[in-house]
Amino acid sequence: MENKRNSQTIAEYIKNWSRKHSLFIMAYGTGCGAIEIPATLTSRYDAERLGIRGAATPRQADVLLITGYLATKTLKRVIRVYEQMQDPKYVIAFGSCTINGGMYYDSYNTINVLEKYIPVDVYINGCMPRPEAVIAGFQQLQDKIARGEADNGTRYKENLEWYRANQHRVIKNWRMPDYNW
Amino acid sequence: MEGIGLKILGALLTTIMAFAVGMTYGGITRKLTARVQNRVGPTIWQNFIDLVKLQSKKTNIYHGVMGHFAPMWIITAAMTVLMFIPVLHPNSTWYSTWFPNLTFHGDLIFLLYMMVFGSLGMALGAGQTGNPNSAIGVTRGLSQMVGFEIPFVLALVALMVQYKTTSIQDIMAIQDQSGVWMMFSNPFSFLAALFASLGMFRYSPFDIVGAPAELASGPVSEFGGKYLGVMMTGGSIFAFIKLTLYVDLFMGGAYSIPELLIKTFALYMVPVFYGWVSPRYRTEQAIRYFWGWPTALGILGVIIAVW
Repeated sequence: MENKRNSQTIAEYIKNWSRKHSLFIMAYGTGCGAIEIPATLTSRYDAERLGIRGAATPRQADVLLITGYLATKTLKRVIRVYEQMQDPKYVIAFGSCTINGGMYYDSYNTINVLEKYIPVDVYINGCMPRPEAVIAGFQQLQDKIARGEADNGTRYKENLEWYRANQHRVIKNWRMPDYNW
Repeated sequence: MEGIGLKILGALLTTIMAFAVGMTYGGITRKLTARVQNRVGPTIWQNFIDLVKLQSKKTNIYHGVMGHFAPMWIITAAMTVLMFIPVLHPNSTWYSTWFPNLTFHGDLIFLLYMMVFGSLGMALGAGQTGNPNSAIGVTRGLSQMVGFEIPFVLALVALMVQYKTTSIQDIMAIQDQSGVWMMFSNPFSFLAALFASLGMFRYSPFDIVGAPAELASGPVSEFGGKYLGVMMTGGSIFAFIKLTLYVDLFMGGAYSIPELLIKTFALYMVPVFYGWVSPRYRTEQAIRYFWGWPTALGILGVIIAVW
């Protein structure tokens, strides 16, 4: 018999179960992927039945959706939004653009690999992924949370210097407030 | 001494019940809304799951003393007001020992003051966070309150003037003696209060405070995690308080828990149903709405009461 609790304590298991079934998403609608989010959340695909609902501000959100290519200008905003979110937080990246730049791979002002700037939990590939793929991605994230392996915030804090160096490399005019998380 | 112990136990029981009922009603509303929109929707326990998740957040942002106190203020205000509301009819048998309250002559006026305390705490806390969305949300919330408080107070004044009492228990006793609910003997006051409840619950046409699309959830936009969880708890207790107050004043109170649940749920569905078919008002439209027919009905109720 496989241990389904994966050697977590009971309290941690309950916490992870509730985290898994209540994901408030902060949809950062960059690029073309933003159009898939309304379809995922409304009547046809109804993500709310899985406990997924929109959050209006980063303070309340658990999941950050990056839905497509990121210009260096928007990357700055994404980092601010990401740093304002409270632990435990998760990041889902949509589409080819966040994986390797996609069709913007040789653009002068977009980043190619999102993983270098903020840690990502789940990638959903496609250009663009359909709502079914998005929900499959969410289920993958839920499995990861249930296993207690989704440690996005900790990874970011532990490797902060590396991420900061990468961020400074692309964002030339770095005028950002320091957050104490 | 054991009398006091029993009362404290009863107060705890009242609070827990108010919390559970408020949260479950919210969950049922989410499910029903989903079904109306032809969706499957979340389970009716979704709000409890959300609450556990919010309470198990690992970090919380600190915005200063008032921002820290605001959620505590809201839940304290909710529990204080709850203690003054007769949850069940005082004549009902063993329930009155389990649901004690600090009722006194004049508690209706006291409640009119105390019921805005939660919003006041929210306003102070939101002010400290310094988020412009919060400031706009607070302004809208207070404006809306100026709107719906007028028909609400007019409705209560009509009852107080007509029956020459400011005690909720007296009003319940009067309904017992005459055998007619206030909603039938004072229909205009009831309608005014019902319209006011549309604004109190902040469902769709009057959700100008939260306004997720343009204000990023308004006053709570800087509150996350445990703070938001405590605010949710306080809000659900407040929902139960308002419903129970209406049942006590206009529907003759309740003799048992199932009766209370049926009556409060029927009342709760009024703002929810209204919300399903209405898009959001702007602030001035909302105030104009409340100062129109609801206020006219309230004044009519007062005139009839004085007559």
